Amino acid sequence: MLLKMKMLGLVQAFRLGAKINRDFALRLKEKTLIVQLSVLDVREHRYIEFRGGKLYSRHKQHPAPDITVKFKTEAVAHKLMNPKQDYRFMIHAMKNFMVDIDGPDDQAFWFMETMQKLLRVHLKYGEDMGNGVRRYVSNNNGGPVHVYVRDDRILRITPIEFTAEDAASWTITARGKALTPPRQTTVPPHVMTAKSLVYSKDRLLYPMKRVDFDPDGDRNIQNRGTSDYVRISWEEAIALVAGEIKRVKKTYGPGALAFTHSAHQNFGNVNYLLSSAFRFFNLLGFTKVHSNPQSWEGWYWGAVHHYGHTMRLGQGEVFGQVEDILKNTDMIVFWSSDPEATNGCYGGLEGTIRRMWAKELGIEFVHIDPYFNETAALMGGKWIAPRPGTDPALAQAICHVWIEEDLYDKWYVENRTTGFAQWADHIMGRDDGTPKTPEWAEAETGVPARDIRALARKWGKSKTYLGAGGFGNTFGGACRGATGTQWARMMVILMGMQGYGRPGVNFGNLQGGTPIDFNFWFPGYAEGGISGDLAFTANGAINYQQIPHIMTMNNVRQQIPRMQFPEAIFEGKARGWPTDVAGIHSQFAPIGYPLPGNAPIRMIYKFGGSQFGTQCNSNRWVKTYLNEGIEFVVNQSVYMEGEAKFADIVLPACSAYERFDISEWAQAGGYAPQYPTQLNHRVVTLQHKCIEPLGESKSDYAIFNEIAKELGLSMIYSEGMDELGWCKRIFEGSDLSQLTSWSKFLKKGYFVVPAPREDQRAPTAYSWYYEGRKKDVPEMQPLPADYTEKFLHELQPISGKFEFVPKTLEMADDPDRPPVNRYIPSWEGTATKDLLAKYPLQMVSAHPRYSFHTHADGKDSTINDIAVHRNLVDGHYYLQMRINPQDAAERGLKDGDLLRAYNDRGEVIFACKISPRVMRGVVHTYESSAVYQPLGKPGESTDIGGCANQLTNHRSQIRGGSAMAPNACLVQIEPWTGAVASLSLQAVQTQLEAVK
Amino acid sequence: MSDKQWVMVVDAAKCEACYNCFLAVKDEHIGNDFPGYCAPMPLHGQNWVEIRHKHRGTAPVVTAHSIPVMCNQCEDAPCLRAARDGAMYRRPDGIVMIDPVKAKGQRSLVKSCPYGHIHWNEELELPQKWNFDAHLLDQGWTRTRGEQVCGTGALTSMKVSAAELAALRSRDDLEVLEPQFRTTPRIFYKNLHLMTKSFIAGTVVAVVNGVEDCAEGRVVVLSQDGQEVARATTDAFGEFMVDGLAPNSGIYDIGLAEGAGALCRCELKDDSLYVGVLTASA
Repeated sequence: MLLKMKMLGLVQAFRLGAKINRDFALRLKEKTLIVQLSVLDVREHRYIEFRGGKLYSRHKQHPAPDITVKFKTEAVAHKLMNPKQDYRFMIHAMKNFMVDIDGPDDQAFWFMETMQKLLRVHLKYGEDMGNGVRRYVSNNNGGPVHVYVRDDRILRITPIEFTAEDAASWTITARGKALTPPRQTTVPPHVMTAKSLVYSKDRLLYPMKRVDFDPDGDRNIQNRGTSDYVRISWEEAIALVAGEIKRVKKTYGPGALAFTHSAHQNFGNVNYLLSSAFRFFNLLGFTKVHSNPQSWEGWYWGAVHHYGHTMRLGQGEVFGQVEDILKNTDMIVFWSSDPEATNGCYGGLEGTIRRMWAKELGIEFVHIDPYFNETAALMGGKWIAPRPGTDPALAQAICHVWIEEDLYDKWYVENRTTGFAQWADHIMGRDDGTPKTPEWAEAETGVPARDIRALARKWGKSKTYLGAGGFGNTFGGACRGATGTQWARMMVILMGMQGYGRPGVNFGNLQGGTPIDFNFWFPGYAEGGISGDLAFTANGAINYQQIPHIMTMNNVRQQIPRMQFPEAIFEGKARGWPTDVAGIHSQFAPIGYPLPGNAPIRMIYKFGGSQFGTQCNSNRWVKTYLNEGIEFVVNQSVYMEGEAKFADIVLPACSAYERFDISEWAQAGGYAPQYPTQLNHRVVTLQHKCIEPLGESKSDYAIFNEIAKELGLSMIYSEGMDELGWCKRIFEGSDLSQLTSWSKFLKKGYFVVPAPREDQRAPTAYSWYYEGRKKDVPEMQPLPADYTEKFLHELQPISGKFEFVPKTLEMADDPDRPPVNRYIPSWEGTATKDLLAKYPLQMVSAHPRYSFHTHADGKDSTINDIAVHRNLVDGHYYLQMRINPQDAAERGLKDGDLLRAYNDRGEVIFACKISPRVMRGVVHTYESSAVYQPLGKPGESTDIGGCANQLTNHRSQIRGGSAMAPNACLVQIEPWTGAVASLSLQAVQTQLEAVK
Repeated sequence: MSDKQWVMVVDAAKCEACYNCFLAVKDEHIGNDFPGYCAPMPLHGQNWVEIRHKHRGTAPVVTAHSIPVMCNQCEDAPCLRAARDGAMYRRPDGIVMIDPVKAKGQRSLVKSCPYGHIHWNEELELPQKWNFDAHLLDQGWTRTRGEQVCGTGALTSMKVSAAELAALRSRDDLEVLEPQFRTTPRIFYKNLHLMTKSFIAGTVVAVVNGVEDCAEGRVVVLSQDGQEVARATTDAFGEFMVDGLAPNSGIYDIGLAEGAGALCRCELKDDSLYVGVLTASA
């Protein structure tokens, strides 16, 4: 009886929903459809017919329903037809065949989505601001924002200003001052370009097909990158892509499909790479193109052997440093560390105010960087400029001064570390006859010996923090050069000698370590979102239990290391090492391609931003697309740029402002846990669908679902959920549901997580280790198996202590990572004299300041007007390259000139900026150009797009690991007077036409 | 009605050239029409807030500062005088406005601004500029968009009386850009010497037992024609810096205080000067 009423109630609810919600009424008009509900054990049947927006329903079996929802038992039907869904039970019922849907995927999904919309008919989101303006909330790779919308068009995008209703901010009392952050989110420049990106002329608005691509005839592979595109319908595009997936799988097996992607996508736990995309590809089976730890390199492959932290890719603890610095520290050494340019990762401008406080409090600063960087410019302090790649020598000379003058923490070295005697022997030259004196280092680094002594003495005599890399204990810069592992190892060795964990002595640059709540759980994207992927995300740790969803698993075991993807295609084989965070020893297990029983790659599915700007020696990547073996390329992208122009079919994804999603600011989770520790406030957002998708673009989640429908996979892929449905599931499984209601959160769009009371803040990083107590920082790593004596009482290396001479490296036998961290000069730098004679300048291509990787670069966005990013010359926006005045004068270069930077790997045209901020012998630019614009044959000609990575070496830093080294790159530059320099852009295009 | 008027104070020591204010104004105006206030801004080429950069010195002593420069909201604005038919006006709250209808075709307004901060919109045939976000202030906003996105607090807008402004100016040594234009701007700059003045810096070393070391704590005196101009103490790296000197201000003598020895003589030209390594007695 109850069941009968429930089924009838559903019909009534549909009718009522249509009455109170106009959108829902319109939804019901979309389809003519007969849905049969059947409960098999009690033989209860009701069908619902949707026709012209009206519902017709009878309590009986329809002779020819379009779809049938079959419940095995009455009990199952009762549970699943509850408005409040128990998802753990739902997937349990699905996996055990207690419930099933028969009928075409598109109709089944439509019905399931309509059910979800029914449950939302009474809910509203956004805020009425008057005058026809509504204000919504969104999130991105920089910081949560308010989005003002009028007539379905974005009016403005601003940071979120908190109100009295939002949780109070923390206060740190230090040196007589009460310091508390501004009551708002902050955003980096790339977020302030967001509106112009949404409305960019480079947006992909329709599915596109390369004009000369004929899947049934001539594919004209050689024309990828030069041919034009023609608009096609979604039906045609999906049929083509799904058809090619089927053909490739049927012909060669799933291993012939390679999935490649950028490192960052449009934010959101549902639409993200490690969420929908992983879920979708696991359902297809594919060859994984395995990412190396690109921004962590030296830390992951080097530093972990001394101090552990594999599960943060080599980044150390990130707790309490802000308070410790402000209270106790005398000096911060920023070493290859420019947080004002890179903002940690996703960190808005959050660290800036804290560094301003440090300056006000009289804390001193030293900046070690070949470029007088943005942080140095704002904070002031001593600038030390070593030749790129020679930093390890500088660090060793500091050790020399400390040992000679007794300026290190002897108690710590004796009680908390191993191998110091051997290390000291090396520094003093007792093992190799070369004492690593400041004079020795001066010859190598160019830094005067007196400066090295002064730095070492000041450091050794005062409480000093080492801010190494953009985050303060990882990221970018020197860890991405040929000596990157040596450098990162030296960074932890220096602090091992100074006893990190002692008050005022630690790793950090005020970018991480704020006193936020570390107990509140909200999933980060690397926790796998809705992927169901337990192998390559951190899903299994917490997410999968809290937010139950169907597990998915790739059936292909071969993997291609990303750095060698082009070689895998050209040479048919590649070998490398995966990023495996489980333990220190686990990084030595290689991966390879091909594996027996798998066909070579025949199809590439590309997702996200262009890799031509981010991968080393990227002309190889360009040529990969021209390889005749690659029968089909599909690119799913928001913009027609870079790599997208090399696809056969391009699928238009919408921006984050055009679809629902859910995310926490800067929350990565997984291999990058505790990222919100960069922030002054933890902020969770419901990313509103602020405007309708532009043109015919669709969310990434929806695109995968469209293809899944063609393959009969939609119900497994989607579990019958739309994006907002998933948002709700994530909300319900997270700790947020304990603090606010779904309707309130949906309406308001953001939630500020309360900061803990002062006495409940996380302890300062490593203080437990220094003081010899049980580990009490809130991090779920390393794995219990990595403790060798007593759980929670040791560091991760085998000895359980800080190892100056790591045991894992003693066993590994990698000539590029000797156990004693000898200084081995860069394989492309000032020591490679022959090459240096030909290409005398070292190119540093830093993580960009104004764009976020390829996000916000190019695309005709407002970023093009930033004169220190790109310069408009004769109708084209050239990326800027900075050069020392003397180096420029020697080459006859003037400010604003176009210059040609070249070496054996390629040539790229930049706009010249002469600047005393660059040391002699170095040129400085940003990597991650979104634009690739070859003047001739793609992959073999001059690029005016600004892909600095066309010039970089794809060699691994080390022979025993996959570690990219873009900052070991020699180039020559000269004024460029190429024909194009004096022509308009139109002329460039005409020239391009001619080349075709 | 209040006699208070809007001013903006920009701190050159705090601007880090993040370009957020520059971009926020573009976000506000590109593609947006605010009738009565402002017509849309073109996508490219017009920087109603412009970021100016100043790099000083040579390695190892370099500074890099920047400031946003925009319509100065001048009290005695030449553009107001140049405008015809009520195309421009000054609001009671001090904001200088271009009427987006009446100003159509008045290209001469562009030239009337000595700061170069009236821009010509070719498509709309309209002179345009930053209007202190008047349309937002009128809706109840309490600060400008640029201020809202500034990470360092380099921008502060406030509504002040003449007396409050005078007190503020003397307290913080506020300056205006190009005072010789005599337009009485209402955008004020703090620490503007970082952009306009020069420094002389150097490194003092001493040799002990054949080893050269940075000489910390030495008092360096800068003098001109025998008259002391300024003094500075060397830091742990032996570096000293005297800032705020007028460019092209001639020959300076550098020596150690208390007659501890002359170090060098140098000439300050256009650019700031790092005089190099100076050896003092141990």
